[in-house]
Amino acid sequence: MRMIELRDATKSYPGDVHALRGVDLQVDEGELVAIVGPSGSGKSTLLNLIGTLDRPTSGTVRVAGYDVSALSDSRLSALRARHIGFVFQHFHLAAGRSAVDNVADGLLYAGVPLGQRRARARTALEHVRLGHRLEHRPGELSGGEKQRVAIARALVGQPSLLLADEPTGALDTASGKIVMELIQELGATGTTVCVITHDNDIAASLPRSVRFRDGSVVYDSLVGQVAS
Amino acid sequence: MTGRQTATPADRHGTGAGGRDALRPARLATADVLRLGAVGLRARRARVVLSALGIAIGIATMVAVVGLSTSSRADLMARLDRLGTNLLTAEAGKDAMGQDVKLPKSAVAMVERIGPVRHATATGQVDARIRRSDVVPEEQPAGVTTQAARPDLLTALNTGVAQGVWLDAARERLPVTVLGSVAAERLGITAPGETIMMNHEHVVVIGILKPVELVPNLDRVALVGFPAAEKYLGFDGHPTTIFERSSDASVEDVRAVLARSVSPGNEGSVKVSRPSDALAAKAATDKGLTTLMLGLGAVALLVGGVGVANTMVISVLERRQEIGLRRALGATKRAVWLQFLTESLLLSVLGGAAGALLGAAATFAFARIQGWIAVVPLWALGGSLAATLVMGVVAGLYPAVRAARLHPTVVLNAN
Repeated sequence: MRMIELRDATKSYPGDVHALRGVDLQVDEGELVAIVGPSGSGKSTLLNLIGTLDRPTSGTVRVAGYDVSALSDSRLSALRARHIGFVFQHFHLAAGRSAVDNVADGLLYAGVPLGQRRARARTALEHVRLGHRLEHRPGELSGGEKQRVAIARALVGQPSLLLADEPTGALDTASGKIVMELIQELGATGTTVCVITHDNDIAASLPRSVRFRDGSVVYDSLVGQVAS
Repeated sequence: MTGRQTATPADRHGTGAGGRDALRPARLATADVLRLGAVGLRARRARVVLSALGIAIGIATMVAVVGLSTSSRADLMARLDRLGTNLLTAEAGKDAMGQDVKLPKSAVAMVERIGPVRHATATGQVDARIRRSDVVPEEQPAGVTTQAARPDLLTALNTGVAQGVWLDAARERLPVTVLGSVAAERLGITAPGETIMMNHEHVVVIGILKPVELVPNLDRVALVGFPAAEKYLGFDGHPTTIFERSSDASVEDVRAVLARSVSPGNEGSVKVSRPSDALAAKAATDKGLTTLMLGLGAVALLVGGVGVANTMVISVLERRQEIGLRRALGATKRAVWLQFLTESLLLSVLGGAAGALLGAAATFAFARIQGWIAVVPLWALGGSLAATLVMGVVAGLYPAVRAARLHPTVVLNAN
């Protein structure tokens, strides 16, 4: 089963900016993939496309079997609610709310009732080893703990695809290591994981890495050098 | 995380690309929508209080204005009820030549002969100068006039003395007087028993009247009996004002014939009036002021609404990342739109509820000071709730649409 399938996908912005130039990429269910490249290489644009936050200018993007271009905005929202979990570099937690409430919001748009949302949020927080921080607010947590709350929020809905954008970018080495361990554990449970990073060490720690430059794939560890 | 293995890939994608209903967005429960709105407000308390205050001031003004005018009108109605609206007065005016017309001495008897009339009485203007005492020069009158009155005057006016006694069959023949409330004040008399000067007569004050609400003119006069006025003050005995009460239903009938009955042949120079009309007219003039104040309240409410809209627009600008995050978590445009509209509505209704309470409290406090019964009409409270709901929707619509239109990618781009 293909989890992600890009066929000659391009993304252009007004002013003749070509962020992606005809990308072909297949990621199977259960794979752990690093998307590597310097800033401006198009990896954030790729994240927007495979996260279904945006549609390609041309070509095809299929996520979890759905053709992204063929879905309405509200169906794309439902696709994200049920199949995709996001982890961001800067966590994006609500400052005034407890860890449980932040994680429970990960289920809000999937139509899960409040009591279940909270219960599943607690389980997810225990899973990222934050069972002792359930009622703490983001201000009372360290950077690494915040990112683990964010990972719990991404996982609480049991997505088939987890997208992590520079998940260790704002963390010190020790915290970053814990976060990467958690992400790698996910691979063992069958979740497809894409980590977007500019860090070659992180890329090397994952089974497969895809290298981007100037909007194109230049190297894929699965197939070797890609002709551009 | 437990149980995630139970959903096998085959299960999850069995309804995959083909089964479109697998991607029907879940609807937010009403409680969740309200909770979302409340969470948004709780995160920005100072701003919420300030912008709700704008709405509160507008609503408080309107509720208080309506409450006070209703309370004052209710009080007026109660007073009119107590005083009666069936009193008519007929006053001697001037004839075509500008001469004072005298009413015949038999005027009261003639009015009593009109069928529906239950009671008639009279006062007569007496040309007497009043001074506090004989050491005050005659050139310094006290601003108090003298009138002769029949003993049944107070019965007709439905009033009484505040202190002392009123004229009766014996006292109306003696050189004694009962002062109106303002007259007593002007002469510096606080209790009966003192003596004042009428022309060159020493006259004993035997009573002071309560304020006469229906005929405030009587507050400024010194009243003496008809016989005494004729004997001591050179009064000619002709009445100048007739007071008459009839049944409520026949007031207009009596009014039509009163002038002719009082002064046959001179009816054109007799002025007939209904004192309760003056009180009712006062209520009507208050109405103009009420409308003006309501208008001011509406302007305040409008300004409050602009404040809410402003707060919401700024909120949307500041929360682009939160909006993007919610879209990434799976919020539809509609869910974002609903969240911000709910925030605006809650903000507005919060202000409205505070304002309604404040306005009602102001009404109760002011009515208490005035000695009125406080009346805050339910329609005013319901109306202010409706007004704030409308205000919340109108103020929140544009910011909510802007929030919903934000592209989901702002969650990444806003860094």
